[in-house]
Amino acid sequence: MTEDAPSGSAPTLEMRGITKRYPGVVANDRIDLDVRRGEIHALLGENGAGKTTLMNVLYGLARPDEGKILLDGQQIQIAGPSDAIARGISMVHQHFMLVPVLSVAENVILGAETMSNAVFVDRREASKRIAALAARFGFDLDPDAKVGSLSVGQQQRVEILKALYRDARILVLDEPTAVLTPGETEEIFALLRRLAADGRSIVFISHKLYEVLEVADRITVIRRGRVIGERRPAETTEEELAELMVGREVELTVDRGESHAGEPVLRVEGLRVADDRHHEVVPGASFEIRAGEILGVAGVAGNGQDELVQALIGLRRCLGGKITLMGRDVTGLSPRRMNEAGVGYVPGDRHRFGLILSFPVYDNLVLTSYYRPPFAHGLLRNDSAILDFAAAQIERFDIRTPSAQVKTSTLSGGNQQKVVVAREFDRELKVLILDQPTRGLDVGSIEFIHRQIIAKRDAGTAVLLVSAELDEVLEMSDRIVVMYRGRMVAERDGRTADKSEVGLLMATGGQGGAATPKEAWA
Amino acid sequence: MSGPVTKRRPARHRNAIVNAIVASAQPIAEPLVAILLALLVGAVGITMLSGLLAGHSSFDVGLPVAAYLALLGGVASPNGFTSTLVYATPLILAGLGVGLGFKAGLFNIGGRGQFLFGTVGAMAVATTVGTTQSSYITVPLALLAGAAFGAVAGFIPGFLKATSGAHEVVTTIMLNYVFVFVTYWAISGPLVLPNAHQPITADVTTRNAALPIILGRDGNAGILLALAAVPIIWFLLYRTTLGFEIRSAGANPDAARYGGMKTSRLIVLTMSIAGLMCGLAGATTLMGVVHQIAPGYDTTVGFDAITVALLGRSNPIGILFSGLLLGAMRAGSQSMQVQAGVPAELVDALQAIILVFLVVNALRRWLDRRAAKRGSTPLIDADAAQAAEGVA
Repeated sequence: MTEDAPSGSAPTLEMRGITKRYPGVVANDRIDLDVRRGEIHALLGENGAGKTTLMNVLYGLARPDEGKILLDGQQIQIAGPSDAIARGISMVHQHFMLVPVLSVAENVILGAETMSNAVFVDRREASKRIAALAARFGFDLDPDAKVGSLSVGQQQRVEILKALYRDARILVLDEPTAVLTPGETEEIFALLRRLAADGRSIVFISHKLYEVLEVADRITVIRRGRVIGERRPAETTEEELAELMVGREVELTVDRGESHAGEPVLRVEGLRVADDRHHEVVPGASFEIRAGEILGVAGVAGNGQDELVQALIGLRRCLGGKITLMGRDVTGLSPRRMNEAGVGYVPGDRHRFGLILSFPVYDNLVLTSYYRPPFAHGLLRNDSAILDFAAAQIERFDIRTPSAQVKTSTLSGGNQQKVVVAREFDRELKVLILDQPTRGLDVGSIEFIHRQIIAKRDAGTAVLLVSAELDEVLEMSDRIVVMYRGRMVAERDGRTADKSEVGLLMATGGQGGAATPKEAWA
Repeated sequence: MSGPVTKRRPARHRNAIVNAIVASAQPIAEPLVAILLALLVGAVGITMLSGLLAGHSSFDVGLPVAAYLALLGGVASPNGFTSTLVYATPLILAGLGVGLGFKAGLFNIGGRGQFLFGTVGAMAVATTVGTTQSSYITVPLALLAGAAFGAVAGFIPGFLKATSGAHEVVTTIMLNYVFVFVTYWAISGPLVLPNAHQPITADVTTRNAALPIILGRDGNAGILLALAAVPIIWFLLYRTTLGFEIRSAGANPDAARYGGMKTSRLIVLTMSIAGLMCGLAGATTLMGVVHQIAPGYDTTVGFDAITVALLGRSNPIGILFSGLLLGAMRAGSQSMQVQAGVPAELVDALQAIILVFLVVNALRRWLDRRAAKRGSTPLIDADAAQAAEGVA
C-alpha cells in the first residue's frame, strides 16, 4: 500500500459511461473508471459482474455501445489489441499467451521484433533491452530458459515483461493470482508496487478481498455491470467490500461451530498410489476421519493430494495399503461401489470429473445415480422422475439457471459447482471427500458451499477437505493434517493451528523440527 | 503485434452475436451449408468440365443447372422415389451404426468389413437353412445371422481397444482387409454354388431368402427395417440408461468413469452394436438388391455411412434424412447422366466434397474443445456469455 499515491494528479486513463450490451443482458451499464499515474487500481466484482467485459472494451476486443475512453485527456477509439498496445495499454490474461517451446527472450520480442536488417531479428539488441528491464524491476528470469520449463509464476512474469518491453504505461492484470501459490502472490505484489513506483498504472482485476486490500491504492467495486462504489483500502473492510460486491451481507467466515466427533468412519493405512506416469507420488498415507468432523488436508498443490483422493473414491488403483469404511475393507472398490457405500465426492477439476458440460443440468444431477430407481427401471430411464428431482435440487441449492434443460456449460462457475454439490450432498453420506470445493468461486458461492459442508458434518458425515487455499483449510477444519510429498507429516488442531507454522510445514515438510510421535506418521 | 491499425470491427464482438444466432439454428445449419457449398463447388466443376463433354460448348454455365434439374427429376419420378429408398436403406442402417460410435467417441471405419461379414452371415443361412425351410423362417434367420456376424466384426476392434488400448481407427481399417478376404474365401469355399465355374454363391431367391418386394418394381422390405431402426436407436440413445452411458463416455470419459460407468465394457458394447447395424446393412443389400455374392463383391456403404453420420450429426433422425439425401443423389445420378450428359460419378464427387466441409468443421470444433481443455482463452467472451446465459 503506497500511502502517498498521487491522488491529486490528473487521471491517465478515463472511461466514461461505458455501456456494453449483449443479447439479453447489459454487461456494462454506464461504468465510469479512472486510473491515475503510478496507481494500482483494483477492479473488484463477482464472476460475471462485467469486469472482463470492461477490460475487453479497454483492450479493443469489444466495442462499447455507449461511452468514451480518454487517454491523457484525449478521447481515443481503440480499434483492437494492437492499437491498445501501441497506445501503451497492455493486458495479462488469466491464461497466458506464450509459446512454450520458445525461450523467454523470444517470447518477449515475439510480434515486436527489432530487426537488424530486413531479414534477421536483432537478438543482441533485444537481449540487452530485456536484461535492462529485468534488472530495473528485479525480475528473476533467465532470458534463455524455455518458457515451457518455467513455473506458472515465472510464466506470468514473462507476460508482464512482454508488456513492459512494449512500453506499457497501463497494465491490466486479469485475476493474476488465481494460479499462484501464496509465495508467488507476494512476489507479484512486490513487482506491481515497483511498477507503480516507476509511474506506471496498474488495473488489477480480482474477486479476492484480502488481495485487493493488500495491494491496491483504490478499489472500484462492480456488481451486475454497474459501479457500486469506490473505496480506499485504509477506509474499508473485507466485510464492507463483500457486501458491496454481492449486494447483501456475507459471512466471510462461516462459523464452523463445535464438532461432535464420533466413531472413526474412514481409516486409511499406508496407502500407496502412483500418478499417471507411474511415479509413486503417495508412498504411504495414513489417517482416519471420525463421524461429524472435518479433516483438512493442507498442502501445496502437487504433493499427491489428487492421487490420494482419486484412490479413495476408486478412480485410481491402490498399489498398497488399506482403506476401511465403517470397519469394512473397501480397498480397490469401483467408483460406483464406493458411491453406494456412502462416499460422496466433489472433484477438484469439476470440468474433467465432476460434470459433462455438454449435457443438460438434469443429466448432470443424476450422473452417479441415473441407473437406480426412481431414475431408471432396468434399462429404461424415467425422465419425469429425473426432471422432478432436478427441479427440486435447483430450488433447494439455489442453482441459478433458466431451466434444468440448458447445457451445463452455460452456467457460471459457481452454479456449475452447485450442480456438483447438489448431486453429491443430497443423500445420506458416511464420508464426503472434497477436493478444492471452492476453487475459482466468488464469495457468495463460497459462503453457500461452506454452509452446506458444515451442515453435512453436523449430520454426522466424516468430511475430508483437501485444499490448496490454506485459509480455507484453517477456517473449516476441525483437525488439520499437512501433506508433503505424499505423506502426512504433521497434525494440528483446526482451531488453534498457527497459519505461518502450517504454511512452513507445507513448504518444507517440517524437516529439521523435532518430530513428535504424531508427526512420525506414515 | 504493433502492426498497422486495422479498421476491422472487433472480432470478438461480432463473434458473440454471430455465435448466438448460429447456436439457435446450429443442428441443421451446418449440414445445410455443407450441402449447398458442395453443390456450388460441383457446379463450378461441371462448368469447367463441360468442354470435355459431347455436345456442349466449353464453359457452359447452363450445364450445372441442367444436371441438377435432371438429378431432381430422376428422384421425383415414382421409380426414382423407390430407388431412393432402396439406396438409402443400407446408408441409414450403417449410418446409425457409425453415428452410435461417434456418440460414444469411437470412430468406426470398419463399416466395410462389418457390412461384408454380415453379408456372409446372411448368405450362410440362405445356403444351409434356405434349402429346406420356407422364406418365413429363412428370411428372419438370415437377417439375424447378418446382424450377428456384423456384431462379431464390430466386437473384435472394441475388445482390442478395451483390453489393449489399440485404437479403433487402426484396427477397423486393418480388419476391413481381413473381412474382404474372408468374403472371398467364403464364396470360393463353404458358400460356393455347387457346380459353378467360378467362386460365386447361389441366388438368394432360389434359397427362400430374398426380401419381399413391398414398393414398386424393386422396393424391398429392407426399407421398413431401416425406417424402424431409426426410432429404435433413438430410443436406445435417449431413453435408456445404456444410451446415457454411451453418450456420457463419448462426451467426457473421465466423468463417465466417476459416474460409475464401466467405460471399457461400453466400448465393446457400442462397437458390437455399430457392427450389428453395418452387418444388417450388408444382409439387406444381399437379400433385397444384389441377391448373390459374385467374385470381387465389395461395398462403399461402410465409408458412405461416415458421411451420413457426420451429415446427420450422429442424431438418428438426422441420419434418416442424410441417408435419404445421399440415397436420392444415387437414385438421380443415372438420369443426370442420360439427360444432361454429366457422368453419374459426379455424385461421388459431391458426396466427397460434403464430407470435406463437414470434416473441416468437425476438426475446428475438436480443436476448440482441446484448446478449451488446455485452458486457452475461449472464442466467446466468457464473462458476457456467463452473464447472458447463467444469471438470466
